Amino acid sequence: MKLAEERHIAADPATVWAAVLNPQVLQACVPGCESLTGSPTDGFEAVVVQKVGPVKARFTGTVTLSEMNEPHSLRITGEGKGGVAGFAKGGAFVTMTAEGTGTKLTYDVDASVGGKIAQLGSRIIDGFAKNFAEEFFNRFQSAIEGPEQEAPVDAADASADEGTQDTPKKGWFRRLIG
Amino acid sequence: MAKDFGIGAEAKRTEDIRYLTGAGNYTHDVNVHGQAYAVFVRSNMAHARIKSVGAAAAEGMPGVLAVFTGEDFKDVGGNPAGWFIGSRDGSPMKEPKRPVLAHGKVRHVGDAYAAVIAQTYMEAKDAAQAVADASEFEELPAIIDMAQALADSSNRVHDEIADNQCFDWGWIEDNRAKVDAAIKAAPHVTTLELVNNRLIPNAMEPRASIGEYNPGTGDYKLTTTSQNPHLTRLLVAAFVLGIPENKLQVVAPDVGGGFGSKIYHYGEEALVLAAAKKIKKPVKWVAERSESFLSDAHGRDHVTKIELACEKDGTFIAFRTETMANVGAYLSNFSTVTPTFLHGTLMAGPYKVPNVYVNVKTVFTNTAPVDAYRGAGRPEATYSLERVVDQMCRELGLDPFEVRRKNFITTDMFPYTTPAGLAYDVGNYHATLDKAIELADVAGFEARRTASAAKGKLRGLGLSTWIEACGIAPSNLVGILGARVGLYDAATVRVNPTGNVSVMVGAHSHGQSHETVFAQIISDMFGIPMSSVDIVHGDTAKIPFGMGSYGSRSLAVCGQAMANAADKVIAKGKKIAAHMLEATEAEIVFSDGVFAVSGTNRSKTFGEIAFSAYVPHNYPLATLEPGLEETAFYDPANFTYPAGTYLCEVEVDADTGKVDVCNFTCADDFGNVMNPMVVRGQVHGGVVQGIGQALLEHGVYDENGQLLSGSYMDYTMPRADDVPFVTVDHSCVTPCSHNKLGVKGCGEAGAIGSPPAVVNAVLDALNRGGHKIAHIDMPLTPSRVWSAMNA
Repeated sequence: MKLAEERHIAADPATVWAAVLNPQVLQACVPGCESLTGSPTDGFEAVVVQKVGPVKARFTGTVTLSEMNEPHSLRITGEGKGGVAGFAKGGAFVTMTAEGTGTKLTYDVDASVGGKIAQLGSRIIDGFAKNFAEEFFNRFQSAIEGPEQEAPVDAADASADEGTQDTPKKGWFRRLIG
Repeated sequence: MAKDFGIGAEAKRTEDIRYLTGAGNYTHDVNVHGQAYAVFVRSNMAHARIKSVGAAAAEGMPGVLAVFTGEDFKDVGGNPAGWFIGSRDGSPMKEPKRPVLAHGKVRHVGDAYAAVIAQTYMEAKDAAQAVADASEFEELPAIIDMAQALADSSNRVHDEIADNQCFDWGWIEDNRAKVDAAIKAAPHVTTLELVNNRLIPNAMEPRASIGEYNPGTGDYKLTTTSQNPHLTRLLVAAFVLGIPENKLQVVAPDVGGGFGSKIYHYGEEALVLAAAKKIKKPVKWVAERSESFLSDAHGRDHVTKIELACEKDGTFIAFRTETMANVGAYLSNFSTVTPTFLHGTLMAGPYKVPNVYVNVKTVFTNTAPVDAYRGAGRPEATYSLERVVDQMCRELGLDPFEVRRKNFITTDMFPYTTPAGLAYDVGNYHATLDKAIELADVAGFEARRTASAAKGKLRGLGLSTWIEACGIAPSNLVGILGARVGLYDAATVRVNPTGNVSVMVGAHSHGQSHETVFAQIISDMFGIPMSSVDIVHGDTAKIPFGMGSYGSRSLAVCGQAMANAADKVIAKGKKIAAHMLEATEAEIVFSDGVFAVSGTNRSKTFGEIAFSAYVPHNYPLATLEPGLEETAFYDPANFTYPAGTYLCEVEVDADTGKVDVCNFTCADDFGNVMNPMVVRGQVHGGVVQGIGQALLEHGVYDENGQLLSGSYMDYTMPRADDVPFVTVDHSCVTPCSHNKLGVKGCGEAGAIGSPPAVVNAVLDALNRGGHKIAHIDMPLTPSRVWSAMNA
């Protein structure tokens, strides 16, 4: 499935770029992410727990950043294996354009699933992917903008499992980098 | 005379007692002492090179006894196609090896590349997951779209087949130029492009197999969900594992539906046998429903362009079709004959059309294998024909009933050889058309349409006049056409000393009521109660031989073999009676269970003769063997040709596009009917499957080869509220001319005749409602109908 969205983030592109490259930010923003280690240059190893319709699985996989054009655009590619549940893979091409004092962030997502997730969850996979991406960028936005911004987290569909999901610490990334 | 036993009686089904009381004995009900469990590791990807299979990950896990991979079977045979088809250019069809377990590449989602055997099912499942996690693949682009598969040689399902084409078949190739010329010169040509949607069989009982091996004798036993135990034995023994046939017993106990999908041999059957030998324990495997969706042979999946050339008055001049037929990733056993000889030969329909040409290209794709599914080729032929005839009537403003009447072969023309190569022996197509019109109250349609319109519904009437060919035969002809097996059947009639009868038949009943209907025939022929007759089937150790049940052949082929064996029993009984009654054989008459000397009151009952045959104290031992058991093999002289007319009335909700089937009427000519209740049941079931195809069912793969409709959440089986009460009539009878029972077969008719009737009805409703729509592809879901109405 494919989807393309854009949103405005109240921070300059350099700040947004730094956030994208920060493993802590990524771990906090990927819904259901249990662990994420590695670096932007070597790639990240991630464990993500997600439930797609009737199929819940723990995906282990890799996240790679490529086509990096600081601080304008990059490609995030991920691939996870969930054993018998199947696999998920996909990528997003993300652009950051200065817009006033903030950044216009666009993302163009292309994702696919296979195995039992596809067999049993195909009716809901498009909605799932849209929610997943929205959830990611909601968290990402609030990580940068902080609590003063409206940053609702729609956890209804994308939430993996209450126990494994951290509530984003709003604006913590921007406070961290001053 | 209303009868409650014998031929033509509405005898209640004897098998229902065990089916309805939970006393059936299905493969999963069979448990063998000490059995282990097999779980298959199936590909999540549609197309990938196998870099490594993580078999080592399972070794040492609790309960694991063995792990098999494609490497273990690379030196044994493949599962072959049962019919050779040559291409138009004279080249042979491409036959890639279909291994027990995938080797080198996986070629569809669900392709098994490893199997784990463990002491318990859950241990086997856990170990299978470990193997899946530890296996490495190089994913390749999936080949899903048939046209693209043919055009793109850079991506291949089988590396050695450049254009992904199995064959390019022309029927009849010598007529091609003549048909082209006829179409070019015709006053009117109607063209339709159609998709015959992929169906997933969904038998109620999933596939299951148990393998046993006796190290003391070297005997193997396979208990399996098969429509066709002898064919399975032949394929496993002679082609795949190299076991002597006499060392392999195949048992197909109660089988919960097949619809074609259980005709074929599958790799799981070979695996459980090989595993049983290796670990010296019985090995059981039962498919999960998800596995069934991915790995049972699917049905249909044709993309067709059909042209109908005619005079302006609707007189047919020619039919020409170009079809791409999907065979999936591997050739299933009947996958090459289904889109060819079971499809192309029917492309004249019941019509006296002078020109027919059929071109079929079969295409390998990264999808589950596609093979015969209830109707097998004939639904595809009927759908193309009846849709294009309907569209032609609309284009020329002709009455669809009159166009059929005008073009039907008439009763004085039989036997009639069609330009598609079949010789129809008998039929009366006008009779079934008239009967259907009467039963469906076509005269009252306008009033019903007005009533529907008052409710805001669009009402339509759809017509389909179908013909099929059953009991595929004779063997010497089909051999010339490429069949690699014979198509006779066999039966042994064993009269026991006390006068009751065991009949061992080669046909396999998995819902078709053989145990009742075959017993009715024996009961009628011998003049004994049905309760004295047992029909034994589904065990290669018990039955003489058989080609199983498919293609509506059981009664017309095996039933006739059984009747021939029964005739031999009667003939021998006459010899015994002549001796006992001190008369000549010619003087003995047999009727209602009594052998009598003609014109006298001297007689012996059937039971007395049977007893005498086994206790031959007063017996012509010098000239006659004791015992009373006869076997017959019967190879029919021709196909049988059931035909009929189906009428469907629908209401379409103009706001939502939802279709409701209001009435469905069938007037069929099945020849002589052995049990009307059973025939009605067969037609009901077939029509419901046809309505399912027309409105609901669709096997859909995405561009990556993932099966999107892989569960009952997405694959819509017809339910009670999707179908109307079906009116079934089989009073129009032209008995088959070349079997003595005069029967033709009824198992597939409903699924063959109904899809075009439903689709024609919907298009009639829409066009009458002012929507000028030529065609909508099946399934006619509300979304598709609404989109067509609002395009």
